[in-house]
Amino acid sequence: MHGSSANARPHRPGRAGTVPLLLLGAGLLLFTVTLLDAAWRGNDTALASSRQLVARLGLTDLALFTEARYTRHLSQADRHTAFQDHPLALDHFPSGSLVPPPARLRQP
Amino acid sequence: MSHFLRRQRYLIDFTLASLGRRKGKNLGLLGVYTLIVFLLASVMLFSQSLRREAGLLLENAPEVVVQRMVAGRHDLIPAAYLERIGKVRGVAAKYGRLWGYFYDPAVQANYTLLVPRDQEIKSGEMIVGAGIARTRGLGAGDYLTFRSAQGQSFAFRVADVLASDAELVSADLLLVNEADYRAFFGIAEGMYTDLALEVRNPQEVRKVAEKLSVMLPDTRPILREEILRTYDALFQWRQGIVFVLLAGSLLAFVIFAWDKASGLSAEEKREIGILKAIGWETADVIRMKFWEGALVSLGAFLLGYLAAYVHVFFFDAALFAPVLKGWAVLYPQFRPQPFVDGLQVATLFFFTVFPYTVATVVPIWRAATTDPDAVMR
Repeated sequence: MHGSSANARPHRPGRAGTVPLLLLGAGLLLFTVTLLDAAWRGNDTALASSRQLVARLGLTDLALFTEARYTRHLSQADRHTAFQDHPLALDHFPSGSLVPPPARLRQP
Repeated sequence: MSHFLRRQRYLIDFTLASLGRRKGKNLGLLGVYTLIVFLLASVMLFSQSLRREAGLLLENAPEVVVQRMVAGRHDLIPAAYLERIGKVRGVAAKYGRLWGYFYDPAVQANYTLLVPRDQEIKSGEMIVGAGIARTRGLGAGDYLTFRSAQGQSFAFRVADVLASDAELVSADLLLVNEADYRAFFGIAEGMYTDLALEVRNPQEVRKVAEKLSVMLPDTRPILREEILRTYDALFQWRQGIVFVLLAGSLLAFVIFAWDKASGLSAEEKREIGILKAIGWETADVIRMKFWEGALVSLGAFLLGYLAAYVHVFFFDAALFAPVLKGWAVLYPQFRPQPFVDGLQVATLFFFTVFPYTVATVVPIWRAATTDPDAVMR
């Protein structure tokens, strides 16, 4: 009679929580990494070239919406630019529905 | 302390094993939950990043821009206005700006032509933005021909291409010299698109603007702070619009999650009854269900947020590009600078994790406080 079976550790079922908890821990770790990444990469030096160009050329707007002049130079738009065809013309450029009128035009 | 932790660990093990028994249903819930968090977090991260970038970039915009208005529309301004402005105290520098739009029918794109103030460009040459160079396949030495306002053809040689890392502000720019600009658009000498001013003391900018409005009643000054405010409002507005568009799917999810979390199935009720019958305390049952809600919602939050971070800051928010692009042919290729606003992330966390966890615990509390025999029947 061998004593191995008597000495064998009792069989314990695998704990259901181990893998999900490890995954959750990894998620939390990655979450922290995103905060560090934002602090590390999100500095102003990457924008230096753009900032210099804005100062040199005296630019006033971002080139985000180039389809219509009042969305290309949003801050320079006047009250009429969205109604360029006639006074009741509905805005027909898609970005017109994404951009509000300049802040100064919304004041009474 | 270790007893408390061990107890929680066993509860978590039990909860996860219980969730595993209804794998399909729970994974489906996690998937939809993650998608909702992903969409909300993507909009939030993208808008915040652009808002911050716009603020940093446009800090260097002209302090005051003076536009002339004719019949409510922006018109050319005579150079004589510069001399009149010179009499206003506090104005340190003033110059006329020449810029305008040109629609290129060849690629159906709008360009912004601009005359740089302190850069010499040879006659017949132009410097193009990286967006135009990409769209038209241009490089230094290539030629670009446009039809002018008078119907003449103007051939410009591309002298240089602007840096591609500045595309956010220069994708559609064409820089030409003053003589070429005036000849191309037929603008007489002594007329400018608008005027730009630098004010010696930043505290006096508003005062200078007031004086200008009185002195030149047909003009309107646009201050740098207004430009910054416009962009601040733009990204808040857009974030708001997307949230409104998402509201429908968000409500659908809330109903789904509420139903899933608060409506106990007969199987779950039986499970609670058995647990109580074998000696579980009410508090343990509630703790177990708390862990169920917390683990599902925390998992969905982490997955959704991480996917959104990768989408916005590593894949340039590719899903939003078609919305931003509209009908525009020229769209800047740019990678948003990673920027995370702690308060916004905390708000997102609170509104995604907290309600679901509460919705899971409340009905369980009702079921767990009743008699096991009644629950099992």
